[in-house]
Amino acid sequence: MGVTLPILILALPITMFLVLGLGGVKMPRKMAGVLGILGMGTTAVISYWVAFTYFFSGEAAYIVDGVRQQVQMFDVTWLAFTQSLVVKIGFLLDPISAMMLVVITTISFMVHLYSWGYMEHEPGFQRYYAFLSLFSFSMLGLVVATNIFQMYIFWELVGVSSYLLIGFFYKLPSAVSASKKAFIVTRFADLGFLIGILILSFYTDTFNFIDMTNNPQGVLASTGGATFMGASVLTWAMVLIFTGGMGKSAMMPLHIWLPDAMEGPTPVSALIHAATMVVAGVYLVARMFPVYLVVETSLVFVSVIGAITAFYAAVVACTQIDIKRVLAFSTISQIAFMMTSLGVAWPELHDGLGYMASMFHLFTHAMFKALLFLGAGALIHAVHSNNYTAMGGLRKYMPITHWTFLIGCLAIAGIWPFSGFFSKDEMLAAMFAQHWFWGAWMTMVAGLTAFYMFRLYYLIFWWEENPHYKEHKPHDAPWQMSVPLIFLAAVSCVAGFIPFGEFVTWNRAPYHIHIELPVAATSLTVAVLAIVLATVMYAKKNPIPTRLKDMMPGLWMAAHRRFYWDEIYMFVTHKIIFNGICRGIAWFDRHVIDATMDGFAKVAQKTSYAIRGLQSGNIQLYVLWYFAGAVLLAAITWICLL
Amino acid sequence: MDYSQFGAMRPELILLGIFLIVFLFDTFAGEKARKATTPLTLVLFGLGTVAMWILPDSFEGSVFGGMYVSTHTCVWIKNILNVGAFIVLLQSVKWIESPDDIVRKGEFYELLLVTLFGMYLMISARHFLLFVIGLEAASLPLAALAAFSKKKYESHEAAIKYIMTAVFSSAILMMGLSFVYGLSGGSLYFNDIALALASSSMSGLLLCALAFVLAGLGFKLSLVPFHLWTADVYQGAPTAVTSYLSVVSKGAAAFAFFVIFTQCFGAVYADAWEWMLYAVIIATITVGNLFAMRQKNMKRFMAFSSVSQAGYIMLGVIAGNAIGMASMLFYIFVYVVSNLGAFAVISSIENETGKLSMDDYRGLHKSNPWLSFAMTLAMFSLAGIPPFAGFFSKILIFTAATSTGSMALYMLVLIALINTIISLYYYLLVVKAMWISPDEPVIPAYRSACTERVALWLCVAGIVFFGLVSPIYQGIFNASVSDALAFFGMIH
Repeated sequence: MGVTLPILILALPITMFLVLGLGGVKMPRKMAGVLGILGMGTTAVISYWVAFTYFFSGEAAYIVDGVRQQVQMFDVTWLAFTQSLVVKIGFLLDPISAMMLVVITTISFMVHLYSWGYMEHEPGFQRYYAFLSLFSFSMLGLVVATNIFQMYIFWELVGVSSYLLIGFFYKLPSAVSASKKAFIVTRFADLGFLIGILILSFYTDTFNFIDMTNNPQGVLASTGGATFMGASVLTWAMVLIFTGGMGKSAMMPLHIWLPDAMEGPTPVSALIHAATMVVAGVYLVARMFPVYLVVETSLVFVSVIGAITAFYAAVVACTQIDIKRVLAFSTISQIAFMMTSLGVAWPELHDGLGYMASMFHLFTHAMFKALLFLGAGALIHAVHSNNYTAMGGLRKYMPITHWTFLIGCLAIAGIWPFSGFFSKDEMLAAMFAQHWFWGAWMTMVAGLTAFYMFRLYYLIFWWEENPHYKEHKPHDAPWQMSVPLIFLAAVSCVAGFIPFGEFVTWNRAPYHIHIELPVAATSLTVAVLAIVLATVMYAKKNPIPTRLKDMMPGLWMAAHRRFYWDEIYMFVTHKIIFNGICRGIAWFDRHVIDATMDGFAKVAQKTSYAIRGLQSGNIQLYVLWYFAGAVLLAAITWICLL
Repeated sequence: MDYSQFGAMRPELILLGIFLIVFLFDTFAGEKARKATTPLTLVLFGLGTVAMWILPDSFEGSVFGGMYVSTHTCVWIKNILNVGAFIVLLQSVKWIESPDDIVRKGEFYELLLVTLFGMYLMISARHFLLFVIGLEAASLPLAALAAFSKKKYESHEAAIKYIMTAVFSSAILMMGLSFVYGLSGGSLYFNDIALALASSSMSGLLLCALAFVLAGLGFKLSLVPFHLWTADVYQGAPTAVTSYLSVVSKGAAAFAFFVIFTQCFGAVYADAWEWMLYAVIIATITVGNLFAMRQKNMKRFMAFSSVSQAGYIMLGVIAGNAIGMASMLFYIFVYVVSNLGAFAVISSIENETGKLSMDDYRGLHKSNPWLSFAMTLAMFSLAGIPPFAGFFSKILIFTAATSTGSMALYMLVLIALINTIISLYYYLLVVKAMWISPDEPVIPAYRSACTERVALWLCVAGIVFFGLVSPIYQGIFNASVSDALAFFGMIH
């Protein structure tokens, strides 16, 4: 495989972005849609081919003695800071990037297709497709980055395209503020990322992933044992880099933007805020994993943050009314699951099983969560509301949506033989191997997951038929929307049987997956019990949920209001930062900085007026000045030298 | 005689060939055929430019017993000047084809090509005799060009002011050179002078020589206080000539300045000329800015802006190393497209409506959005706003100036930075007039000539892409590094 295909993978989406962005206004809507879909479809085919060649061709470039190799398909210099510290733009092919290529292009293609039906009547259809292409380009560039600086560039680019797509309905104030919130929060987190990169590259003198991950001990040694505030600088660097991941992957306490990001069009939520961009943080940790391994503290930090977030988000998801918010919190919880799993992936325990499991779950989760979001989109499309209170009893009206959504729910709940079961089982096995506490804690989260997903499922499709259906009968979505649903449902049914350990492991050597029976039995039992509980509570209209809510109104309200995180942020920013700190800074800005600048301006104006005589138009004077200048120059230098 | 040495003179030979074809065609072609002079010149020169870019880089060599030397950086600067001259030719077509001037269009092209040839010699000369020939070949025809609009009083005034100052500056330069000749023990070869200076002690004569050579070259670059002719000449000369003066002529002089001061006078860098140049740079950037703030005539405005820009270009020289050379070349390249972008708009508007005042630009975006857009990009780039090329060139040249690590140069960069803020003010005045001013446009909507549009597109593409496409700077940097020993051997 030469460089043509890798370049095409990046070039096609950006070309589509330029074509649709610049020429979209002038082309008919249909043409823009078809162009976008074709462009993404071609990219997907090429990506499949690249991934297929990488995994299955058996060429010596890609696999040596069963160990898959990291290959830089190309790596060109973009910006040279010093002789050795050079920013390059390249294409790194290794198991995780090849897997991500498949995930991103599949979901993106499905979303492109789906949007054709979903966005059909929205103004700005062409702009929408242009942004989708921009996002796909940025995300692909992120996963194939050969160095952390390239990753950072594309990291910001996905942030921008996410911002643009969340705020797509820019006439809605809520969408605008949601997009700003998402951008500011993630950007704030990226500050940590950038500082982390600077620290790391300062000591290692390289940005390149392969250089760093192949020699993590060398990275540690290059810091020369320097410490800062009690922790080694490498720990600081890795934790700060992880902060960027926390922002993008919505880990506590930087999770607040993701639920609001649901203001964007639903297909966008499926693509960006469920399947691809939000797992960038997980991908980042996975990419730098060998370096994380040598600084134990940072890895513990990762798993602790993950475990807390997973539980928190699962509890909140139980009390949301907006179906997209439920899915959003479920996404947060599942990503946190992957983070924890990475955090416990010590090679001495189960050969770093957690790493493989985390990537496996990333893969399966992307499929079934995109499915759930697209299903939610079909529902919203049918009843024109985001809240389950406007739904209920829909199974008769929307059979395709119903069955595919059910498959998604079974997959996320971890029921055999759906894909979620396999990946979640591997993750739990890894956690139990670390410590029984992690295992028990995360099994509880898995139980909660099954509960809230089936609560959602029953409230949408069972419960009680909404009286509004008589005026406006809901029906299944058009084929452009159904096809992606069916495809993703099919994938969710079979993806669990992929021998994932053969492809992606922490050391890129094959790992033979085997079901850990006690763990599998426990998690399955917990999940089934949770589903049964949900069935009892929500299958038919009954007063139990209300009674339960009234029993503990404080707790319910707190969970419903997401444990007041937004309020805390508002308090800290408005009351403390704006009032306490910003006022002083604003005063300083107005009275010192602005005043200085005004002073500059005044002095400049006055001087400019004063010296205007120099430019008299009199050529004799010009020549005189000329000669005087030359002589003075020599004379003054002479005096200074003496 | 070994004729193969002339292979090193390939740029000059190509240019000479183009000149001769244009000259003979214009002289001997019939009345009707002569209409083709313009396309012929454009096509030939365009092809020549492209050919020089893509021909394999095997120009290294010296001719005339070392009087003429071609190196990688020489080729780069010649290519850059070619691009500049080509854009100038494109934007001059409409003016030169106007009824007043059409009879003399052949002369315009010939004079322009001859001056370019002179600049080539200035760049490659490693002997002061050849250098002076080049300098004069580049200067005298420019006076004729400045006087090209025969029926305009200002044009004559510009020409006479230019020729007077040019003659005077040549005299000063010659005087400086004669001192150098004495100091070097009778040689005008750069290398001989460098060696002689390395072993001689500091003297008043040497300082005078340095100051006079600096003044002589400072005239071409319009460094303060040798810049006073600039505004009057820029304002009076035809706009095409002004843009040529401000960009191409300056680029060649800057390179020659660099070579002479680092290669020839490298031994007295830290003792003497670093500080002379230091003072001159501060004066140039500041005075240029202060005058530019108050200008209402666009050509006068651009004159002072270009004075100030020349000061920034000199920051590369004062660094006196390979990074300085690379960033200076890159700065010139970016300056070529940015400044010519501005001039392309100015000359297009002048040719169409005869308006030259900044007040006439008010509300321009309503009638001519594309011209306003191009002008805005040019102003942003000149002011150094990211992500346009001017931002990168400024960053690189500041980096170069601080690369020696000397505290004084850090101070110099600080002063330059403060001046950048001041320059932002007047560059944005133009943008403000075009976009923010609520007045109805004075200039009606019109469609600019095809050649003008091509010139503008070239400039806009350069402004947008030069900073982002790193191979350009990388190429320049590699060329500078490979030339480093010849240029900077005497400095550090």
